[in-house]
Amino acid sequence: MADASYPAELRYHEAHDWARIEGDVATFGVTWHAQDALGDIVYYAGPEVGQTIKAGDGYGELESVKAVSDIIAPLGGEVLEVNQSVVDSPEAVNDDPYGAWLVKVKLTDPAEADGLLDADAYQALI
Amino acid sequence: MAESAVDTPLLRRTPLDEAHEQAGAKLVPFAGWRMPLQYEGIIAEHTAVRTSAGLFDVSHMGQLRVQGADAIAALQRVLSNDLARIPDVGQAQYSMLLNDAGGIEDDLIAYRIEADELLLVVNASNREHDAALLDGIAEDVSDGWAMLALQGPAALDVLAELTAVDVRGERPFHFVTAPVAHSVVIVATTGYTGERGCELLVPADGAVGLWNLLADDVRVTPCGLGSRDTLRLEACYPLHGNDIGPDRDPIGAGLAFAASRDVPGGGPAHEALRAIRDAGPRQKLVPVSVTGRGIPRAGTTVLVGDAAIGTVTSGTMSPVLRQGIALAWVDAEHAATGTELSLDIRGTRVDATVAQRPFVRGSLG
Repeated sequence: MADASYPAELRYHEAHDWARIEGDVATFGVTWHAQDALGDIVYYAGPEVGQTIKAGDGYGELESVKAVSDIIAPLGGEVLEVNQSVVDSPEAVNDDPYGAWLVKVKLTDPAEADGLLDADAYQALI
Repeated sequence: MAESAVDTPLLRRTPLDEAHEQAGAKLVPFAGWRMPLQYEGIIAEHTAVRTSAGLFDVSHMGQLRVQGADAIAALQRVLSNDLARIPDVGQAQYSMLLNDAGGIEDDLIAYRIEADELLLVVNASNREHDAALLDGIAEDVSDGWAMLALQGPAALDVLAELTAVDVRGERPFHFVTAPVAHSVVIVATTGYTGERGCELLVPADGAVGLWNLLADDVRVTPCGLGSRDTLRLEACYPLHGNDIGPDRDPIGAGLAFAASRDVPGGGPAHEALRAIRDAGPRQKLVPVSVTGRGIPRAGTTVLVGDAAIGTVTSGTMSPVLRQGIALAWVDAEHAATGTELSLDIRGTRVDATVAQRPFVRGSLG
């Protein structure tokens, strides 16, 4: 498992999700803290491509050996891509939580990102 | 992802609590105890037990002492298995504490520690309940005992090399009493993983010495309750409170091997079991493997076509098979091995079949 880290270039949602924002497209994933709390992740069920997801709502599920957890969308948008390599090898989320993105989304309103936390604010929360 | 109140002073702590904390265990509340869920990770610990050896702190288990012929006779009236099958000191048996309807109040292992004395090892969550049911028959001696489980294909080699105790020649469900690490320890060829290995009953003040002795061996991985659960599920061992309980009977649960047909000195419980045997159980506890994607959990509905015919009582992803596995109570007519089922996993239909026991055959065979 990777060591604890919270990259400064990401934005964070209090439900332990991150967003990497590039213009009006973003990738989402879960934080180091989230994967550590879940334990060995063995299953990822993502949304459908083309589906619209709303900030603050669940868009998929991660399951560890012990528990199921909803994944919360930090921002709203239309799903462009689901990371098939994580569907196939969910343990990638434990190994590299910031490399193992879960969905790529075309943002509905990029200004929503102003409501997210930076790495310091997120770390103060956990 | 709520944080659990694991630091509450209300939780009991085993003698190994400090050792777990130092080893970096994730500690969680379980049955009133502060227990290690995992150290390194559930899958790594599971794999260690299947391939080498794992060491578990199971000091939360309860111990009840039953002494004297009258007390043992009174106990037999409510135990499923025939104590006459373990007449000799050094023998042990799996058994169930039954109510008058034949329902399972608890499951346990009975150890014949003297000709006229038994030690019962019961589930942590049922310790007080059992002691109340057996008031006047059994004495709760749990506080004096700690308990470790050393499980896996290398477990008995490790034990033989590190201590003077060699139980590699013993059949399952036997025990010896021997001095180990400055304590007199009961070493029993029992377990909850499907692997060869032993469970060690040690006086509470000797637990740390015994743990350190065994945990220091490179073949041994400390393991938490998380892998204990995935291991027992692969082995198809039911968990009381999940898979079996007061409203479930041993016959339907597939535990008839531990419910003797004719128990001398039996009681109403044994009458009730005869009736269930004669009529056939209405539902059966069966192993279910998922053939599609998804992980069944307790409460998942089991269907045949569109008809709900049962419920999952335990489920996980099998670390060995890398697929969803479960134990489920299903209507008896759908319990045959190979029956095609579907599971409603949070709104999604997933294909599954009634599997053969066990899901994974460990070194125990």
